[in-house]
Amino acid sequence: MPIKCKTECGRNAVLKRPKTSDALCKECFFAAFEAEIHYTIITNKLFTKGEKVAVAASGGKDSTVLAYVLKLLNDRHDYGLQLILLSIDEGITGYRDDSLETVKKNRDDYQIPLKILSYDELYGWTMDRIVGQIGRSNNCTFCGVFRRQALDRGAKQLEVDSIATGHNADDIAETVLMNILRGDTARLRRCTDIRTGGGENTIPRVKPLKYTYEKEIVMYAHFKKLVYFSTECVFAPNAYRGHARAYLKDLERVRPSVIMDIIHSGEQLLFKDTVKKPVRGICERCGFVSSQQPCKACILLEGLNRGLPKLGIGKKSKGDRMRLKQDKELALRERANLVKNDF
Amino acid sequence: MSKSDLNIFLEFSAGAELLFGNIKRRQVTLNGDEKWTIRKLLKWMHANILTERPELFIQDDSVRPGILVLVNDTDWELLGELEYEIQPNDNILFISTLHGG
Repeated sequence: MPIKCKTECGRNAVLKRPKTSDALCKECFFAAFEAEIHYTIITNKLFTKGEKVAVAASGGKDSTVLAYVLKLLNDRHDYGLQLILLSIDEGITGYRDDSLETVKKNRDDYQIPLKILSYDELYGWTMDRIVGQIGRSNNCTFCGVFRRQALDRGAKQLEVDSIATGHNADDIAETVLMNILRGDTARLRRCTDIRTGGGENTIPRVKPLKYTYEKEIVMYAHFKKLVYFSTECVFAPNAYRGHARAYLKDLERVRPSVIMDIIHSGEQLLFKDTVKKPVRGICERCGFVSSQQPCKACILLEGLNRGLPKLGIGKKSKGDRMRLKQDKELALRERANLVKNDF
Repeated sequence: MSKSDLNIFLEFSAGAELLFGNIKRRQVTLNGDEKWTIRKLLKWMHANILTERPELFIQDDSVRPGILVLVNDTDWELLGELEYEIQPNDNILFISTLHGG
């Protein structure tokens, strides 16, 4: 007694949609899934005809589905977009090198050009070497900060009008929770935005999968037989996000709408005027977006290059002290050298 | 000796296979004299083939939230989930979603 598709198309249902509880067949699910993403794109005016859009591609399920669906909708609805895959190679042996193979397959399968930018060429450091310096405790800070900026740099090089990322509804609900738990009002304010950046000097980022459930993304990839990469990073997985994620998944089991509900809550939040708002400016060193001077990426990089890898970790005052101490030591050594040269 | 064997296929993807000796698809033979539900199968899997970090797969007698289960390519949520009665030659697929994307 298989369950029939809710649309009365006559076919057997293959899945229960978490968003609506509807039982749908494969074809009707594909149609609904694609139509909803199209609706999100249109109602939020994410793109304009003739634009060049970089799809941030990691080879994982979300960016693989995003690239596939954007290509499909671009053709079907004549968006007139020029799509390009943008991948960041952090230089993590046994992880990123494998996932980049998946991205190359996406490039060939979907006929979208691909640009790979490496941490090595951007910063002169690979994650493997950074981990060699810092160990496995704060390495994710480096990776996250560098990746965010690497996408901006890549987008600038490619002269694109926007960057589309694969953040799905579950990711965004998780981020809302994490920002509440951390009291991070600055991020809480913008983490539900479907479009961020886009002022002067910044390339906007858009999230076409913002309202798409993770379960549906995985089901879509499965039924469409899309190839994606699914290995956890070889370095420490993000523990804090992991807890938020497990908590959310537990809630979802009891009440599937919880994901949309949390996003909705995040969208409706209003902040008092007294809540400090970070001023987004431009880093005076590298010229990329930052709310501090110099930007976090530049401080982390300075730390690596000075042999003080912890420079950008923790409080700014601590970093200033480390810098001062090293400058003093260097000056002392310099003076010692000068004295020696007198002989 | 049991009168009949219940042969089924178990399939793992998107990382779930790492918890099961990195084998993506395998045939298993259950005692066909008994009635097998997914609830009972999960217990059997835990005792027999779940080799790595069982807490990443099993939680409170069910699969950990975030792991998708498909029986013959149909979402188990349409089939009664834990109470689904396993049939000969069923293909049961477990897809992990608990990784970044």
